[in-house]
Amino acid sequence: MKAVEVRELVKDYGNFRAINGISFEVKEGEVFGLIGPNGAGKTTALRVVATLLQITSGSVAVFGYELPKEAGEVRKIISYLPEEAGAYKNLRGKEYLNFIAKFFGDGEKFQNMVQRGLEIANLGERINDKVDTYSKGMTRRLLVGRALMVNPRLAILDEPTSGLDVVNAQEVRKIINSSVEAGVAVLLSSHNMLEVELLCHRIALINDGKIVASGTAEELKKEYDAGNIEEAFVKAIK
Amino acid sequence: MIGNIVKKEFKELFTLATLIPLVVIAMVFAFVGQSIGNIGETMEEKPVIGIVDRDDGDFSDIAMAVLIEKGEVIYDGSDAEEGLEEVREGNGVALLVISEDFSQSIDANQPGEIEIYWIMKGAGMMDSISSGVVEGLIRAVDQGISSELIQQDSSFDPVLVLAPTTRVETTFFKGKEIEGLSSSQLGNVLSSQSIVIPIVIMMLIIMSGSSVISSMGMEKENKTLETLLTMPVRRSHVVIGKMVGSALVGMIMAAIYMIGFSRYMSSFQISDINLADFGLALSMQDYLLVGVSLFTALLAGLSLCIVLGTFAKDYRSAQTLIFPITALAMISVFITMFKDFDTIPAVLRILVFAIPFSHPMMAMRALVMDNYSLVIGGIAYTAVFTVIMVAVAVRIFNSDRLLTGRLQKRVGLGKLVWGFRRQ
Repeated sequence: MKAVEVRELVKDYGNFRAINGISFEVKEGEVFGLIGPNGAGKTTALRVVATLLQITSGSVAVFGYELPKEAGEVRKIISYLPEEAGAYKNLRGKEYLNFIAKFFGDGEKFQNMVQRGLEIANLGERINDKVDTYSKGMTRRLLVGRALMVNPRLAILDEPTSGLDVVNAQEVRKIINSSVEAGVAVLLSSHNMLEVELLCHRIALINDGKIVASGTAEELKKEYDAGNIEEAFVKAIK
Repeated sequence: MIGNIVKKEFKELFTLATLIPLVVIAMVFAFVGQSIGNIGETMEEKPVIGIVDRDDGDFSDIAMAVLIEKGEVIYDGSDAEEGLEEVREGNGVALLVISEDFSQSIDANQPGEIEIYWIMKGAGMMDSISSGVVEGLIRAVDQGISSELIQQDSSFDPVLVLAPTTRVETTFFKGKEIEGLSSSQLGNVLSSQSIVIPIVIMMLIIMSGSSVISSMGMEKENKTLETLLTMPVRRSHVVIGKMVGSALVGMIMAAIYMIGFSRYMSSFQISDINLADFGLALSMQDYLLVGVSLFTALLAGLSLCIVLGTFAKDYRSAQTLIFPITALAMISVFITMFKDFDTIPAVLRILVFAIPFSHPMMAMRALVMDNYSLVIGGIAYTAVFTVIMVAVAVRIFNSDRLLTGRLQKRVGLGKLVWGFRRQ
């Protein structure tokens, strides 16, 4: 079964067309990357799949559940990490994980989720401190822990390492990779071409709301006779 | 340099979003003031009264002369029943009946008795102005008789000279006949309720409303809203959860505030009249209705706040959005404090009824007078208002509005309700 199936998706904000008829698929256990410059439509596409935005036209299905009709079912199997997301500042790190885990289960299931969140976030004793006192990197790790602890079938990650230093970014990428090994499908967006090349099995290059090319990193580099994805992207949008 | 900063601050703070609610509320207050009327004009007007002189003696002649000079007498006859009817029909304030032995009593060093039948129209502060003018009339009668007594003879008891009349008062208010209480006394007791209860409710609404709007602003500012909206939880549960949480916070904050405020108000307590002695006590059922009215009004207020909160971009903009709620609560407080629901103009009555917070403010006074239809009607209205507002909020939560600041399309009531049920 396909994790995500997007067909001819169009999304308008008033008179502005943010996404103009894109189609792509994400397979189970695959990391699929949408890459492009700021304003290309990456976040909008992710928000549509995450049930946050309405579809203007086209269709979106997540593990066979159609949006927006079955949005409730989709929310049970996805986890969305927005770009520059925050956590509730007056909660402690562990309280925040508890709060989120309660939406997904109780009893042993709940305990296991929180334990997994604690392991992924790996904040040590600081997990008992208020989120307000966390650095950006710590908050991001907490949020990645929150997003992956619930064992989603699909993780939607918008710029997962945005604003992180090299060490923290590498740590977050490792966490994502280990989740994929456990069977999670990942749809991520990034304008960090290196990260995409490191993380993604397949990539779609998006510009002005349209997918201009897609394939594996190797296929794209070969198609555009480029040394790296960045170069391939520049050639693709010309 | 300073000018540059001033210009930036002005542009940032003085926006249409902050200006429009202010202008609207200023216009509403101006309209309310104009509709309620002018206190000074009311006090200068001669009070409309009826007089029955059963004595026809020297002292009653003095009293009659003062009353005719200073009052607008629409009945001057001998039948109290007839007089009362005429005063009622003529929108008068009171019927004064001078007793048969009025002059004889005064001559015998006993105060002369005046029966006063008050026709009370409302229990607001401004409703008692005309009865206050009649009280002044009676003081003028006392002065006239005192002056005559002093001129006549020095053997009169000084106590009598200072207070030559005594009153037996009956007040008719909303179909009830309350013996032994003047309309001013009844109005004062009911007015004291109109100060404390509305202010408690106003604080509750403002504190809770502020919590829910701020919560929406903080969700957006801290970028936690997107995460919350992708959780496997119904949008209606998110809306209701926010409302109940804010209501709890608001209640705690209002309770703390009211501990101080009630101590402050107790220092102004001037009346020791117990309404229960006059058959005007509230039953357990009445208190239950007041509680239900307060609860539905609180929910209505919070549901309105959550809709307003969806417009908040961040915590700071959320603070400006509480202003319309504060203003609506203040309009309710002022109108119910100064005027009775039954004595305000029809347009204002519609406005007061339409503001959900007005209903618990009016409930206690209405129930004292057995006006159940107003209270139950108010509860029904605020309940419907809440359902509609929650449906609007759920609809907005389901739309792109929260994240993009745009409404997708205009929706009708049917669609709103459908959207609420669907979620």
